[in-house]
Parts: sequence; C-alpha cells; structure tokens
Amino acid sequence: MSDWLEATFAEQRPRAIAALTRVFRDLDTAEEAFADACLKALAVWPQDGAPRDPLAWLLATARNAGLDDLRKSRRRAAILSRHAEEFQPMPAETPDPDEMRDDVLRLLFICCHPELDRRDQIAIALRVVVGLSVDEIASGFLVKSKTMEQRITRAKKKIANNPVAFEAPSPAERQARLGEVSTMVYLMFSEGWSTSAGPQQIKLTLCREAIRLARLLVALFPAMGEQAALLALLLFQHARRRARIDEEGKLVALDDQNRDLWDRSNIAEATSLLQKAQRIGHRGVYIIQAAIAAAHACSASSKETNWALIESHYAALYALQPTPVIRLNQIAAQAKLYGPQYALQAMDPLSQELSNYRWFHAMRGGLLQEAGEHKAAISAFETVLALSPTTLECDVINEKIKISQKELEGL
Amino acid sequence: MIYAITIYGEPGVFEALPKDRQDEVMSGHRALQAVLSERGEFVSIKLMPPTSAVMVEPAASEGAAPLITDGPFSETKENFLGFYAADFKDLEEALEHAKLISSPVAQLEVRPVAWAGGAISSE
Repeated sequence: MSDWLEATFAEQRPRAIAALTRVFRDLDTAEEAFADACLKALAVWPQDGAPRDPLAWLLATARNAGLDDLRKSRRRAAILSRHAEEFQPMPAETPDPDEMRDDVLRLLFICCHPELDRRDQIAIALRVVVGLSVDEIASGFLVKSKTMEQRITRAKKKIANNPVAFEAPSPAERQARLGEVSTMVYLMFSEGWSTSAGPQQIKLTLCREAIRLARLLVALFPAMGEQAALLALLLFQHARRRARIDEEGKLVALDDQNRDLWDRSNIAEATSLLQKAQRIGHRGVYIIQAAIAAAHACSASSKETNWALIESHYAALYALQPTPVIRLNQIAAQAKLYGPQYALQAMDPLSQELSNYRWFHAMRGGLLQEAGEHKAAISAFETVLALSPTTLECDVINEKIKISQKELEGL
Repeated sequence: MIYAITIYGEPGVFEALPKDRQDEVMSGHRALQAVLSERGEFVSIKLMPPTSAVMVEPAASEGAAPLITDGPFSETKENFLGFYAADFKDLEEALEHAKLISSPVAQLEVRPVAWAGGAISSE
C-alpha cells in the first residue's frame, strides 16, 4: 500500500512544500511539517480511504503539525513571534490557483538563490522540492553522501540569511523568476544527461526529475509557450536515452544512433507540446531548440534529416543568443549541407574563444578526418584528450584516432 | 449494451510509482485488452498528461469565433485519464471486466453509453 501513497506524496510535494514555505517562511519547518503529514496519511488513509483532495488534506495536517512543533520548540519561538498574526487555522481546501502558482514559483526561485552556485541550486531543488534523499542526490552528482549533506546544509544557511521576499511578485518579477527557474530545470537535466563516468541509471534520475519540474511549470503557467517548449525539448532529448549508449557502454553519436530505440511516446508528447508552444507564438530560445530536436526526432536517419531547416533554426537561435557555442552548432549543420572544407573555414574565427572547448576540437577532428587530412585530425583529437574529457568521451576519441592512424599507415 | 469504463486519477502518480508497481497496473490493462479483443470490437484510449491539452471555449458572443486558450489550469485532484468502451451483456458483466484494471491509482466509473459511432457503433 505504501508505494501507492508514496507516489501520491511525491506528486503533491512541490505544491505542498511551496505553500508551507509561505506559511512558515522556513524551508526546514516546511519539510518537517510535510513529512509529519505524510506519516499521518500513511496511518489514516489506508483505514479511512484517501481523501478526495489529497493536497488539501496534507496541507491542513502539515500546517497543524508545524504549528505544534513551533509552539514546543524554543529554537523557533522567534519565527512564531515574527509571524504570529499570520498563523490562522488553515481551511481544508486547496489554495487559490494564482496563489499556488506564485508559491511554487517562489519556492523554486528560493532554490535558485543567486548566492548559490548552479550545482548547489540544483541539489537543493532536488532535496527540498522533489524530495530526493541526500544519498540519491549524491549519487546523481557522483559525490559522497557526506559531502552532499554538507553542501545542502551550507546552501540552506545562505538562503536563510538572505531570504527571498514573500510578497506576491510583480508581473516583471514573476517573468524574471520563471526564466531563472527554467534555466535551473534545464541545467538539472543536462547534469543528469552529462556523460561523466558512472552508472547511467543513477544520473537519469536527475533527467526524470527535471522533466517532472518542467511539467509542473507547464501545469502552473499554461499560457507560457517557452515552458511548454522547455518540456518538449527535455522529452525529445530524453527519448534518446536508450540509443545513446550501446551494449558495451560506449557513447553513440546522434548520427549513428539506432532510432528504433528512441522512445516514441516521449517524442509524441514532445511534438504535441511543441505544437502547443508554437500556437502561443512567442519565439524564444527553448522553442527554437525544441524545433531543432523535433527535426531530428522525425527523421529516419542522419542522412534523411532536414539539415537546412536545422541550420536556419540555429541561425535564429544565434540571433537571440549570439554565443560561440551556438555558432559552432550552426556550423555543424552547415557541414552536412556544404561539406567539411566549408565548415572548417567557418570554424576558424571561433578557434580563440573556444580553444578550451572539447567539442570544438572533437568536431574539427571529425571534419578533418572526413576531408582526408588525417595528420591534422589526429592532432585535433589529441587536443581533446588534453582537455580532460570524461572516460566515455575518451573511448570515442581514441577510436577516432585509431581510424586516422590506420588511414595514414595505409598510405 | 455498450458500457464505458472511464478512468480518473491524479496525473503523474502512475509515473511516480516504482517500476514493479507500474508493471502490476499495466498487466491488468493487458489482461482486459486481451479479453476484450477476443469478444469483438472495443475502443480504448489513454490520454497524454493534461499539460499537453488546449481548450476551445465557447465564443464570447454570437458570430464570434470560439476562444482557444492554453489551459486548463492544473488540478492536482482527479483528472480524466482515459477510457474503454465495449459491448457487455449487462452491468454485472461490465463491472467484472472493470475490476481487472482496478488499482489504487485509478477511480473507475462504469456508465452505459447512450450512443456510439465510429469504430464501434451502438446502432
């Protein structure tokens, strides 16, 4: 029975913690109160049946539990006296949707505290909002539990020392928070997707939780095209999870993936979300990236991919975000259209800015190899190896070096 | 008589279940589908999460176009997730079949169909 209830708690947790954080103005108190309410639910629901509105039940129970604790604890007497006037009995109904939306956004934004570095922001969101255990988060980041525990404690302290305002945000502030939170969710997914050594399964937890948070944002902000597009983008990418690593544990490049292994239900959902986002109309960075991912997802092979469309999407993305990495991706699409020589020339102006970027040299090596310039290719690949790639990347690069060496020996 | 077995639940809860529990739920559905396909025509639909939905609201005034909005505002309460529709001898038989897909994540409603067209027809 408890599995089913745990799943309900997991689903309700972000909204519940968000509302409780507004009530108690303290993350730890909110988390403890919610944990208390879940324990009570485990005892009560199997006997009396689950309530029709589980969130309202959990909130009312958590609030009472939290208040009891506060009264008993001298440590928190200060919080109580500061906010005494706000602690009215909570009605047993779900908060107003607008208020709920601001609560969840505020909670996520608290996790994106500017004084925290990105990885700590992600870790604290996983702990507080998603409810992963410290052990689970630690294995997602491939660090020791003890280290993660300390990082989370330190992060919480920084947040408590410089709290985020609890008033309802202005529309501009709401927009800014949504942008910041979306970036964090995107980077949470990337962290899970990155291929540092370590069991893939554990890291995929981060991807799944990022998708859940992206889904939550779409549920709360149904009229925001960028958030629907972000969810679409993550689902398009997640769909490739079984194809990107082969049976021997080797990385498989997008061009070489067995597309039958792509998850069709992810792609179908992502496609419909992208259509919804495009209807809303605003052309932001996520919508363009999702459109690029869609162009890959609907092609039977790399050869049959509409590279001209992808190239034009990258051009549009570069207009919004003129970074050398986006330019490099645009050139990668141009290489498919106009050949390796064209792309190699186009890359040259980026060589200074991207001199420490592994993918720049890996791509250059690949293009040189394609152009038959194997000596230069090997030297580009060796540059990649000098830039501390992950073990999985090393394997790929070493194999490419071998191919070029064989070509040279053959001459 | 055609009966609809309609499934309500909280979106996302099934996805939050551990794999073996998900398999348990799915095996019920596979069993029902196997039985129904032996009996004849049936319809079964699983909807995507409500976040993928778009609403078409009635036109604000006569002659105006219907209003397309990007809602619905998310409810964490029970939500329409999908349904089966098939011909059953009577209510008792419909209920027996509905039991196959009963699980803690699903509220099921068994309701007679007044009219059906398309792949299965009541006429």
